[in-house]
Amino acid sequence: MQKASFVPEVLKPRLMETKLSLYLLNRNKLTRLAMITILLLIIIAIFAPYIVPYPSHATGVLNPQDKLLPPSTKYFFGTDELGRDIFSRVLYGTRISLQTALIAVGLALLIGIPLGAIAGATGGYVDEIIMRITDIFLSFPPLLLAIAIAAFLGPNLQNAMLAIAISWWPWYTRIVRGQAVSIRERQFVRAAKAIGTPHIRSIFQHILPNCIAPVIVQASMDLGGVILTAAALSFLGLGAQPPTPEWGLMVSTSRSYFLNAWWYSFFPGIAIFITVLVFNLIGDGLREVLDPKTRKY
Amino acid sequence: MKAFIIRRLLLGIVVLFGVVVITFFITRIMPSDPAAQWVGQRATAEQIKAARVELGLDKPLYVQFGRYLQNLVKGNLGYSLKTHQPVMNELKAYIPATLELVLISTIAAVFIGLPLGVISAKRKDRLIDHICRFFSVGAVSLPTFWAGIFLQLIFYRWLGLLPMGDQLSMNVRLMYDIPKITGFITFDSLITGNFFIFKDAILHLILPGITIALYPIGLVARMTRSALLEILNEEYIRAARAYGLPERMVLWSYALKNSLGPTVTVVTLSIGYTLVNTFLVESIFSWPGIGNYVATAVICLDYPAIMGVAIFSACSYVILNLIADVIIAFDPRVRI
Amino acid sequence: MDSYFTVKNLKVNFRNFGGIKKALDLEMLDIYKGETFGLVGESGSGKSVLALTILGLLPIPPGVIESGEIIFQNENLLKKKQEEMISIRGKKISMIFQDPMSSLNPVFTVGEQIIRVICNNEKVSRKEAEKKVLHMIELVKLPDAKNILKKYPHELSGGQRQRIIIAIALSCGAEFLIADEPTRNLDVTIQAGILKLIDELKEELKVTVLFIANNLGLVSAICNRAGIFYKGRIVEMGTVGEVFKNPKHPYTLTLLKAIPKNKEEKIDISRILVEGEKLQGSDGCLYFERCLKREEICRNSIPVLKNIEGTHCVACYKAN
Repeated sequence: MQKASFVPEVLKPRLMETKLSLYLLNRNKLTRLAMITILLLIIIAIFAPYIVPYPSHATGVLNPQDKLLPPSTKYFFGTDELGRDIFSRVLYGTRISLQTALIAVGLALLIGIPLGAIAGATGGYVDEIIMRITDIFLSFPPLLLAIAIAAFLGPNLQNAMLAIAISWWPWYTRIVRGQAVSIRERQFVRAAKAIGTPHIRSIFQHILPNCIAPVIVQASMDLGGVILTAAALSFLGLGAQPPTPEWGLMVSTSRSYFLNAWWYSFFPGIAIFITVLVFNLIGDGLREVLDPKTRKY
Repeated sequence: MKAFIIRRLLLGIVVLFGVVVITFFITRIMPSDPAAQWVGQRATAEQIKAARVELGLDKPLYVQFGRYLQNLVKGNLGYSLKTHQPVMNELKAYIPATLELVLISTIAAVFIGLPLGVISAKRKDRLIDHICRFFSVGAVSLPTFWAGIFLQLIFYRWLGLLPMGDQLSMNVRLMYDIPKITGFITFDSLITGNFFIFKDAILHLILPGITIALYPIGLVARMTRSALLEILNEEYIRAARAYGLPERMVLWSYALKNSLGPTVTVVTLSIGYTLVNTFLVESIFSWPGIGNYVATAVICLDYPAIMGVAIFSACSYVILNLIADVIIAFDPRVRI
Repeated sequence: MDSYFTVKNLKVNFRNFGGIKKALDLEMLDIYKGETFGLVGESGSGKSVLALTILGLLPIPPGVIESGEIIFQNENLLKKKQEEMISIRGKKISMIFQDPMSSLNPVFTVGEQIIRVICNNEKVSRKEAEKKVLHMIELVKLPDAKNILKKYPHELSGGQRQRIIIAIALSCGAEFLIADEPTRNLDVTIQAGILKLIDELKEELKVTVLFIANNLGLVSAICNRAGIFYKGRIVEMGTVGEVFKNPKHPYTLTLLKAIPKNKEEKIDISRILVEGEKLQGSDGCLYFERCLKREEICRNSIPVLKNIEGTHCVACYKAN
């Protein structure tokens, strides 16, 4: 007899699946490059205060004698209109962007998953009402909703995150509901019902754990779009407020100076582009690997 | 079919009503006082009080809402708190410029994005596929507002080839009588034979056009590619090839017609995104459209104007989705 | 008799995640003009891969054609360019697919689909094509031709669709027809009708048929000769009489035994079903693991097809 492994038999296929997906993801050169970049971005975000040359510039200390200097060895990305080091501010911005995106998506998940699970598990009128509301939300582009909500809530970063979460949750609700409906019909949930497990408990015990995975995947694919939306909100003045070193906000303020100081808008912009790009590349890679139809070995 | 359209139309009206209700009540619970906005910053308490009566703000909320609805049905969106002009008139003046941009980006999405996606799917995993994919991922990852600024930097500041913003040059505006027939400057100048204005308008359209078209092109290319890849694996595609149909027909007719649903959906989606992106692009290029209008309205909390734009956007989406649904319903597989 | 269609030493592999999977390894396959050749094998044995390779439709990658020739009318099909193959497909070689539900394009009317094929292959006007379509519909014995042509595939039954597909396949004068399990997804009652139709059309239009099936009964009913297919190789080949009356290969024997002749008879299914038991180090006969007559020699080298009598060929060391 073979020694029993620690992994329960039922989980084995899923584990294999994960391993295979990781292998395939890693094999694509572009995706691997994107993963390394994201790792780098995370490291920068965590250690920003310790690695930037002028940490105080990120938080709003003025340095007027060095204003609008072009890139040099002293200031790698040049300085802005208040003489602050753009390199330090851009690196610091990584922290703000990633944080904003994670919190916004987390909030959206917090709203979306329970609603979807309830809709899918109960069915009937509750389901109908929840899904019609999501339909209304889904018929507008998230950025439009986010702009509208942020405009009404008042301009600051917390409100921007909330606005993004409010315009994003319906996507997750829809996925979870789809999963929940299919799981509801499966034998083990019926069995639980048959032996008298209360409804709510069966939702949390059986349905939720089983539909978490696809939602997490979708959420990670959405991160790029969320970062872009947050930057756009800040650009419109509806997100982060000065002196926060937020990329969108930096591009926005640079508009008065960029004709004579190209570096001012260039570097924060390219930072947004690269971050969104790597998240989208990984999202694409994930989609390709997880979809059996497009998966290639 | 008729029943289907009527049902969708009713649903659209419900959505619109929802938008009106939500925006109305949100504007009323906001801390800022519309009456104070109306009379300006240096108004006396007396004047504000008078303005409150004038705007009907002294009445109970449900009466205000009833009056708002009543006006809405008549096509009256109220008066801008800032300019004191009817919001409807202002929208009418700003909409054509925005539509011009939306139209350009939609045309680009269909005539550039779609073929890119088809070629990419056709030559899957070849060099051209990689290039197309990289371009399309790049296009959807690019912050629109920054792309606009960067294009201005290159083509206006460094190369001096193209104007920085606005729909026409200042001297053209001063020297010529701008024809106003439809409100679309390029179209109007063309049909009145005013080629000088036409040329100027086209030059002004290039940069904002490219900026706004990038995202839809990328989006459509990506979605077309993935939809086609799925369809190209179908048995009927293999069968069509087995019966000697040329690859051209298999791809552009047999496969593409099957991807009608996803394609129409993504084009609709991309028009939606374009409408939103005008908010960002118009302010960069000082483009006199509703995006610019709402951007100023948001800053000075001009509620009637914001609500007007919100209702306009909602209407556009409802109509867009309706059109998309009707087109998709032409697919023989869809049973209504 | 002169060979009409020959496959020689055809090796096709699939490059897969984690290595190479052998799909086809055909030493020899001859089909004579005017006959119906039946190819029998279990699902996954590579029959459809053969059909697609003949038409040049095997997706590459992941498929790789390692070596071999497919000779049709004295020309090697594997050497042809895609453009040349387009002029062969439909006009000279055609195919019926196994699933009538998915092999018609759902967004075109069936009439449109036949007309397009005719217009493309024969360079005739639409009017002439329309005339020909009506003729084809009559040929496949569908009543109310005019009405049926206006319908979309989802409005037809499985049997009707398969008849339409046969009409499309034969509409441009193909003389070699590959029928890839054409009755697999049909009801038993409808199966018989389709088989009869293929048999009649074969006589009427003088078509040579390569009939692929996983059912020995069907093959013995309509084929002249048959080949038994196992894991991408032909293990036994000959006339239907030779193969079915006097089976030599253990695999053929098991297959034949699996058809219950009367209710009393008990079948030993143990060897048919054994799949998991993998035997290490087998460079030998592919049937080794499941074989009832295996010996040491079978473990080390693959037996080749050998003529034993008449046209009867068997690939087994224990055949005699």
